[in-house]
Amino acid sequence: MSEPLLKVRGLKIGATVYPPGEKPHDIDIVHGVDFDLQPGKVLGLIGESGAGKSTIGLASMAYGRGGVKITGGEVWVNGRDIMKSDHGDIRKLRGGEVTYVSQSAAASFNPAKKIIDQVVEAAVEQKKFSRKDAEDRARVLFEKLGLPDPQNIGDRYPHQVSGGQLQRCMTALALCPEPDLVVFDEPTTALDVTTQIDVLMAIKEAIRDTGVAALYITHDLAVVAQVSDDIMVLRMGNTVEYGTVDQIINNPQEEYTQALVSVRSIEHEEKEPKGDPVLSVRNITARYKGTQFDVLHNVNVDLYPGQTLAVVGESGSGKSTLARVITGLLPPREGEIEFAGRILSPDLAGRSREDLRELQMIYQMADVAMNPRQTVGTIIGRPLEFYFGMKGAEKRQRIIELLDEIELGEDFIDRYPAELSGGQKQRVCIARSLAAKPKMIICDEVTSALDPLVADGILKLLLELQKIEDVAFLFITHDLATVKAISDNIAVMYQGKVQRYGGKTKVLSPPFDDYTDLLLSSVPEMRLGWLEDVIANRKMESAGN
Amino acid sequence: MKNIPISALIGLFFTALYFLMAIFAPLISPYGMAEVVGDVWEPASSQFLLGTDNIGRDLLSRMIYGGRTTIFIATAATILSFTLGSVLGFFAAVAGGWVDQMLSRFVDLVMSIPTLIFALVVLSVMPVTVPVLIIVMGLLDATRVYRLARAVAVDIEVMDYVEAARLRGEKTAWIIFREILPNALSPLVAEMGLRFIFMVLFVSTLSFLGLGIQPPEADWGGIVKENKDGIVYGIPAALAPAFAIATLAISVNLVADWVLNRTTSLKGGRG
Amino acid sequence: MPLIIKLLAQRIALGLILLLFVSGLIFAGTMILPGDVAQSILGQSATPEALANLRAELGLNDPPLQRYIQWLGGAMTGDLGTALTSGADITESIGKRLSNTLFLAFWAAIIAVPLAIFLGLLAVRFKDRWPDKMISAVTLASISIPEFLIGYVLMYLIAVKLRWFPSVAMINDGMSLGEKLGAIALPVTVLTLVVLAHMMRMTRAAILNVMQSAYIETAELKGLNGFQVIFRHAFPNAIAPIVNVVMLNLAYLVVGVVVIEVVFVYPGMGQYLVDHVSKRDVPVVQACGLIFAAVYIGLNMTADIVAILSNPRLRHPK
Repeated sequence: MSEPLLKVRGLKIGATVYPPGEKPHDIDIVHGVDFDLQPGKVLGLIGESGAGKSTIGLASMAYGRGGVKITGGEVWVNGRDIMKSDHGDIRKLRGGEVTYVSQSAAASFNPAKKIIDQVVEAAVEQKKFSRKDAEDRARVLFEKLGLPDPQNIGDRYPHQVSGGQLQRCMTALALCPEPDLVVFDEPTTALDVTTQIDVLMAIKEAIRDTGVAALYITHDLAVVAQVSDDIMVLRMGNTVEYGTVDQIINNPQEEYTQALVSVRSIEHEEKEPKGDPVLSVRNITARYKGTQFDVLHNVNVDLYPGQTLAVVGESGSGKSTLARVITGLLPPREGEIEFAGRILSPDLAGRSREDLRELQMIYQMADVAMNPRQTVGTIIGRPLEFYFGMKGAEKRQRIIELLDEIELGEDFIDRYPAELSGGQKQRVCIARSLAAKPKMIICDEVTSALDPLVADGILKLLLELQKIEDVAFLFITHDLATVKAISDNIAVMYQGKVQRYGGKTKVLSPPFDDYTDLLLSSVPEMRLGWLEDVIANRKMESAGN
Repeated sequence: MKNIPISALIGLFFTALYFLMAIFAPLISPYGMAEVVGDVWEPASSQFLLGTDNIGRDLLSRMIYGGRTTIFIATAATILSFTLGSVLGFFAAVAGGWVDQMLSRFVDLVMSIPTLIFALVVLSVMPVTVPVLIIVMGLLDATRVYRLARAVAVDIEVMDYVEAARLRGEKTAWIIFREILPNALSPLVAEMGLRFIFMVLFVSTLSFLGLGIQPPEADWGGIVKENKDGIVYGIPAALAPAFAIATLAISVNLVADWVLNRTTSLKGGRG
Repeated sequence: MPLIIKLLAQRIALGLILLLFVSGLIFAGTMILPGDVAQSILGQSATPEALANLRAELGLNDPPLQRYIQWLGGAMTGDLGTALTSGADITESIGKRLSNTLFLAFWAAIIAVPLAIFLGLLAVRFKDRWPDKMISAVTLASISIPEFLIGYVLMYLIAVKLRWFPSVAMINDGMSLGEKLGAIALPVTVLTLVVLAHMMRMTRAAILNVMQSAYIETAELKGLNGFQVIFRHAFPNAIAPIVNVVMLNLAYLVVGVVVIEVVFVYPGMGQYLVDHVSKRDVPVVQACGLIFAAVYIGLNMTADIVAILSNPRLRHPK
């Protein structure tokens, strides 16, 4: 084996934190990591939030965000230990030998400068190319990355191109100086699923054609499996497993890796609708105040008691607006909502306390869905008090029962939201909605902000609770794996219309309309070669281009 | 309470000291406020700890009584501006719509005239008495408090937990007092400290310009005005209030900073 | 019409409307108040004839709206009326004094603005180290002392004890520029100190805000040096916030001038205003109030206009 391009030995990374009211102290983020990366190869770094994967990626450029610094070990790039390099060498390393693609290209491009100026800057500054050659090279890269009008797109400003395009421009920026290594830090995470796939393919082809090596950082194992040669699984700053992509995906050794591979594989039998629907959305058309166009067009869906209707779509499809109409926050222009056999008042003020009690909601960001100044006991107890007039010991007893249902102990009752983990917060929000003994709960992207394993736990809990409490869920999400896991019926939304609607099996079986086909095929699958298959079989261009 | 940083302790100590001196002024001042007890501008001595003023009154006694007036007016004006500003600010944020528009545009209008200039214009036709001063200062400053209170409340208003309370069917009063207020309190209390300092400076400036407290009543700004002619003869009597105002203001600032930092620490975590 | 022109036109129109309302507010502030203006001007012992004469002179017998329109019409054509106390033409008296005030404010701004931006950059460069800490300590001290006291402290130390500069700032037309500058050295120093602290702190915050953006990290990861990062990437985005800081502080300076002129007996607008407030000379107070408010509104408007002009999203629409 030849000398690796990037050699990391015993890498330890720490940071100084300044918690208010406490003395500043050092914490460890990465506790000794080893890996090699050969020229032209791609190593995927995967882990949940807090695993230290981005920190390791940036360490290969001798860079630490905030107070982050390398505290031990060695990082060799092209046979030089960058820990022992001086400022001049590190400046040559950054932007010359190693370049970086961030999660949010929109924030990483300077809003005041043209794209082309920013793309060629490193190449010119590092004296790799003349300004003119660098511009020519940038245009070639724009074309290779599938950007429209590659000759002139560079003359635009960052806000003048779409998110998916900007992410490709960022890739061009990283490739322009002909680096030896590119660090991709969650480059497709912020994109819609149908856009992600195009950008992913563009990145993959660009890596292949330029022969550059890459560190590909993501939390999504299915994504990293498509682009990597090797994968390293990280957890809380430690290596869990390190091997070839084939070994990690098809033959994972560690329990944690096995869990990551089998994530999103919850299955759930579709239930037949029985009785009258608990919720009927009829001919709903709605627009926001002060705007001129409708965001919902003639939407019709039904939800049956004790079942789950998944409303799925990408950003801008109108799925969250539908939730606002049902809850009464946005009165519709046309149409009506029938709930539990009665027609609901279009606006919140006109609804009875019984209407409100029976229709609860759980939010995406559990962080801001709970008042930070109230304890878990107060948060869960308030609906008991408000709807049922419970007080004292009776209320406390019920709170403890509810905490038990969400698999948290009695001692959580006096804790504040800030003392809970992300998954625990979402559980408390679930308990708060259950406290009202509702007939139906709207779940708005409730698992999107959570790490995959935590999200799986929440989904299992929701399925369990549905059996016990016989409550119906209107489940809003952009994630098709979640939809498969939890739904009985599915409504696919696209540009404010219901594109496809029916039982789960029917909706997810061919023949598909073009958009549903695009959406379904864009969900990354945990198998090698998936990306190429999809691209080869597509019928429709995604909207993000 | 044992985690109070040293700077906040110092601030709390001096703030309390000033307020106690204001309350017990007649007990601790060695001479009467308007009592002529010596020669003009006598230097500091064991008899007159800070010397005497432009007509031979004991400067220390005048400073203590002056502090009483200044602190009283500043406190009263702060309470007025705070009550009015925060109530209207919260109300505008929760009510929204045309109520919010009307109030906010009117506040914009008042704030587009510099506070001191507006005060001078109004005081040119009003009798300068203590209640008038408190009302003018309090009303003008309420615009600042209104903006802050509204901004803080609007930030909290869009939080999902407020929406959750609305969807639960809670009344406006519950939303303001149980959901918004507890989360808005710390920034508002910190701002109250800053508003108080501003009031001290404001009333001192007005008195210095001869449009605040009228002689023979004393206040810190007035003492500067009375003794300013001494400066050119090298008599520093006029500078005594500078020291008093600065120490009071810095003390209150240190306390306000601490209150504000406690807020941010709550956001980070509470364990 | 391009969006940017529309926004600029809107902002300028808003400024003019604001000024109109402000003139109404100033007028109302001196008219619709408890008691009779003539009474409060002449005091309780005034004879009924004197009161009647003054009311007629002030035009108090006309309806308020008519008086307001007359006053506003006059102000727009440069006629601000005559002073009650001296009978002098207000426009004429203000003319000379306004230029004196602008002279003072100009020199204070010339020194304070570059100094504050430089020190603000210094505070950013040495964030959390001693230059930064010292700057924040000085800021705390200077916002805790009223302007006029800073004035007297400096007067006591520099003019009286050290005898470097005169303690009063008298200027007249016969003086050369050098002599004038010597005369206003102390008030300019005080004004500089007064706005410096605010401006430094706000500049620091504005630049730090820009420096925390992700595109600064991108620039650093391109291997650019600190100088290139600041000038190529931070500066173009920091212009608007810095101009905003400067304008806000110039507006603040205009108010500070009022007090400082009284301290140093400087023959400018501020002293003129304060004198006539004590004398309850309503037409002069209205005129001065309007001019100060106009300058204040104008500076705030300039800040917004620069912000619009420097916003790349508006300059290069989709």
